[in-house]
Amino acid sequence: MATDPLRTETFDLVIIGAGSAGLAAASAAADAGVERILVLEKEDYPGGILLQCVHNGFGLHRYKEELTGPEYAERALNESNKRGIDLRCGAMVLKITPEKEIHYSGEKYGYRLARGKAVICATGADERTRGAIRIPGDRPTGVMTAGLAQHYMNLDGYMVGRRVFILGSGDIGLIMARRVTLEGGKVLGVAELMPYSNGLARNIAQCLNDFDIPLYLSHTVREIRGKKRLEQIVLARVDENFAFVPGTEKTFDVDTLLLSVGLIPSNRLLTDLGVRLHPKTGGPVVDETLQTSIPGIFSCGNSLHVHDLADFVSSEGENAGRSAARYVLDGADTPTGDSPVIRTEPGAGIGYLLPSVLHTDRTEEFLLKFRVRKPYRNVVLLLKQNGKLMKKVKKPYLLPAEMENLRLTREELPEPSGTLTLEIADE
Amino acid sequence: MNKPKLPAEMICIVCPRGCRLRVDEEMNVTGNACPRGAAYAKTELTHPTRTVTSTVALSESAIGRVPVKTSAPIPKEKIFDVMAEIHRCGAAAPVACGQVLIKNVLGLDADVVATRTVKS
Amino acid sequence: MNRPAEQVRESYDVVIIGAGVIGAAAARALARYRLRLLLLDRESDVGSVTSAANSAIVHSGYDPTPGSLKAKMNVVGNRLFPELCRQLDVDLKMIGSLTLAIGDEQVPIIEELAGRAAQNGVPVEILNRDAVLQREPNLTPEVRSALFAPTAGIVNPFELTIALAENAVQNGATLRLNEEVTRISPRPDGSYTVMTGRGAYRALAVINAAGLHADTLANNALAELGRPADYKIRPRKGEYFVLDHFDPEFLHHTIFTVPTEKGKGILVSPTTHGNYLVGPSAEFTDRKDDFATTDETLAQVLASAQKLVPSIPTRQIIRQFAGLRAVEKRGEFVIDRPAPGLVNLLGIQSPGLTACFAIAEEAVELLREDIPLEENPDFNPVCRPRVRLHRMAPDERAKLAAEHPSFGRVVCRCEDVSEGEIVDAIRRPCGATTVDGIKKRTRPGFGKCQGGFCQPQVVKILARELGKKPEEILLKSQGTEILLEKIGGANGD
Repeated sequence: MATDPLRTETFDLVIIGAGSAGLAAASAAADAGVERILVLEKEDYPGGILLQCVHNGFGLHRYKEELTGPEYAERALNESNKRGIDLRCGAMVLKITPEKEIHYSGEKYGYRLARGKAVICATGADERTRGAIRIPGDRPTGVMTAGLAQHYMNLDGYMVGRRVFILGSGDIGLIMARRVTLEGGKVLGVAELMPYSNGLARNIAQCLNDFDIPLYLSHTVREIRGKKRLEQIVLARVDENFAFVPGTEKTFDVDTLLLSVGLIPSNRLLTDLGVRLHPKTGGPVVDETLQTSIPGIFSCGNSLHVHDLADFVSSEGENAGRSAARYVLDGADTPTGDSPVIRTEPGAGIGYLLPSVLHTDRTEEFLLKFRVRKPYRNVVLLLKQNGKLMKKVKKPYLLPAEMENLRLTREELPEPSGTLTLEIADE
Repeated sequence: MNKPKLPAEMICIVCPRGCRLRVDEEMNVTGNACPRGAAYAKTELTHPTRTVTSTVALSESAIGRVPVKTSAPIPKEKIFDVMAEIHRCGAAAPVACGQVLIKNVLGLDADVVATRTVKS
Repeated sequence: MNRPAEQVRESYDVVIIGAGVIGAAAARALARYRLRLLLLDRESDVGSVTSAANSAIVHSGYDPTPGSLKAKMNVVGNRLFPELCRQLDVDLKMIGSLTLAIGDEQVPIIEELAGRAAQNGVPVEILNRDAVLQREPNLTPEVRSALFAPTAGIVNPFELTIALAENAVQNGATLRLNEEVTRISPRPDGSYTVMTGRGAYRALAVINAAGLHADTLANNALAELGRPADYKIRPRKGEYFVLDHFDPEFLHHTIFTVPTEKGKGILVSPTTHGNYLVGPSAEFTDRKDDFATTDETLAQVLASAQKLVPSIPTRQIIRQFAGLRAVEKRGEFVIDRPAPGLVNLLGIQSPGLTACFAIAEEAVELLREDIPLEENPDFNPVCRPRVRLHRMAPDERAKLAAEHPSFGRVVCRCEDVSEGEIVDAIRRPCGATTVDGIKKRTRPGFGKCQGGFCQPQVVKILARELGKKPEEILLKSQGTEILLEKIGGANGD
């Protein structure tokens, strides 16, 4: 044979995923001077999950106007196209080697290798499934994740159910409650295991309250019934330890159960490579540059931690793009064993805190991101370094559904060592 | 126009922040983090409106649906009437993002526009 | 005798009722002869019930009572596996099993099992604690000793049944799915009428491998001959957990608890897909369609499994399922010929999967008196190899994708499956017609996302290949459509 079918191409930066994180990372890296950038997208069209999010509410932070998901994706794509970035769709990445060789495969490209000086993983998140949360009962058709239902309805144009119940009050579940209702389905209710909603307040208002769809807090599905198609679900109340309360069972005759029970960062490529994962987020452990435990490999977007707003995903993508650019252009911007670091730790009331490591000699400003464990009103955030209070921020409310940002300047962290903790206290 | 029942409380849906708004007997709005919240509260109590988003069947393309929205909020009670109009509508590629697919839907001073560019 | 009027559609030499692993193995064994064969199943795919929900173990045979039919079939069947799986291109790994004694009181049980193994002719070895933990560091430190059975293995049970049916069809057998047999009626001439929901067939001989429902068919047929029989199958449910393929080094063998009177007890085992299987429970149920899992039972399963492997990562659980073992009231396999031309293969519970080849040979022998068995010189025992891209080297994949671009298009991200493999699974003899059929043949939907990403693609490919609309595509059996109508009614098309 004249040509080797296994082609290898060389790039400065390879970005995996052309959703809001990947596209923003590509544009930012190009602006920072990186020339040979390749973006690989598994789907046939760029935009990621935004393409199926046909509802509005995107872009208020970034573009100061309210856009639908596809419109937001189109802006991000236009930005990257303007910069002439090499974007390949229908290209599934299968493996990243320690030499940063990316194995990918596509109908158009065949099986190929792309070598990058740096790699950004922006591979999004998976939905938790029925199996992951172990709902007991039969295994009929008509039980699916809300995102899959959204795909079928919004991209393929099919109804997935007539009488629908939704488990989980995450935003996708709430959005789908409205979507099903608008298309003529009947949504009998939304159940949430926690005593508070996991979705944005405005989605409770405009997706449930507008259509008189009841929200059952502290409830979950006890049993699924149906031999072929789903016929019935049994809902029951749970106590503060999430144990079923006997006698609170209610049955609903439904043909469809949609699950909106959480997203898990999708990181098989990184775990196969041996990248260290964060115990709480399910994403990799990163420093302030969003670099993972392997130098030159960066992470952003929902594959780093699950975001509430696409706008924040984009800005995180830009951060990763700029960091990767510094890595590519300045060479060894790699933390060494003796580089001074501050470790971060979530304190009382904080679910997780990112980044896990801060290098104070490299950046002027740090952006801490975190989520709280339960809803709070009128509290203060206390930022302590080695037990000493460094910063205090008043918060009228804090909700687990929302990702919080906290900006810090280097001046606020004069001590380049030890542990930084964030905790919630009463005002 | 409805006569609002006051005082009232509501969650602002203008942006993802979701402010809890309170409106007193004199229609004074508190709890809003921005002026849009006050405007929202007054509209919501007198003539509530919503932007409707959906999809339209698309021919001449490998993509079977094109997403759409109303170019401006429409009265809340007209949501299902607008959905029926959207169901009656079809489009053929190419479609440009922002392209009007239904002009002045039901005379509500809003168009139904495509929200994605699809080449043929 | 009340014989319903029937219109015989076609005549066959042998009609095999039930395309589970036993029926499919019997069909394939009979395909070596010049016979007109019909394999019938009421489900939309072969191997859909018990053959699709079991432990997927090729048992070594140390456990069944010496001298029993189970013991004989197990040991003979086990020996046939490697060669037949090679011919059929079925995934098989002879990884060996470890049966653990936990606590001093179980040490004598291991010794007793070793004695039984010797009687059954099964090679085993008793390992001490250190030797066990050296082989499997993730086992409980409470382990005292273990019975190591090197001839135990794991098989892909879906692939096995499918390959058997495929090979039978390839060699001339007719396969009809979605066709439920309602009655086996003896005819005055000694042949049988097999009545189904769609009509009737004439058969010189019938093999009843109808799984959970084989008792009723056998009893009714014999009643018509004026020879009442009392076969009775009571399903015993087994509930399982499936873990993702998170670490190939987590376990290397199938790990068993010591057996109890209810069965082999709980096991934790790698699967040929690299996942881990935890289960099964063993509770009788009176409903032959009860495949529901329950919190209570699965909690017990997990607790028992954690006594073997304390560090089972529950975060890696991706699925639960339940299977029904077809337990005949005598607790033994029933392989008999109660009337000329009628062979029952019923009550085939564990180790039925292991025994399938041996049982099929028994069935052939039982029929030898009733029908002429003339060798088929054209019989081809080999299935065309399946493409398994995820195991191919990059340059091989590149070459294949360059020749056939559909092998470049990866549809399933979790399990790395291409469109080319899915299309092949549809187009092969005994091809997939449902989403679960694709999953059982080529794995999309088996992974962590459970089809969340790939299912729309799989539905589209099935619709295109079968000339159907996406809303007609089934998840599994009839009546399990995934999609309803197009949105927006009339303008939807």
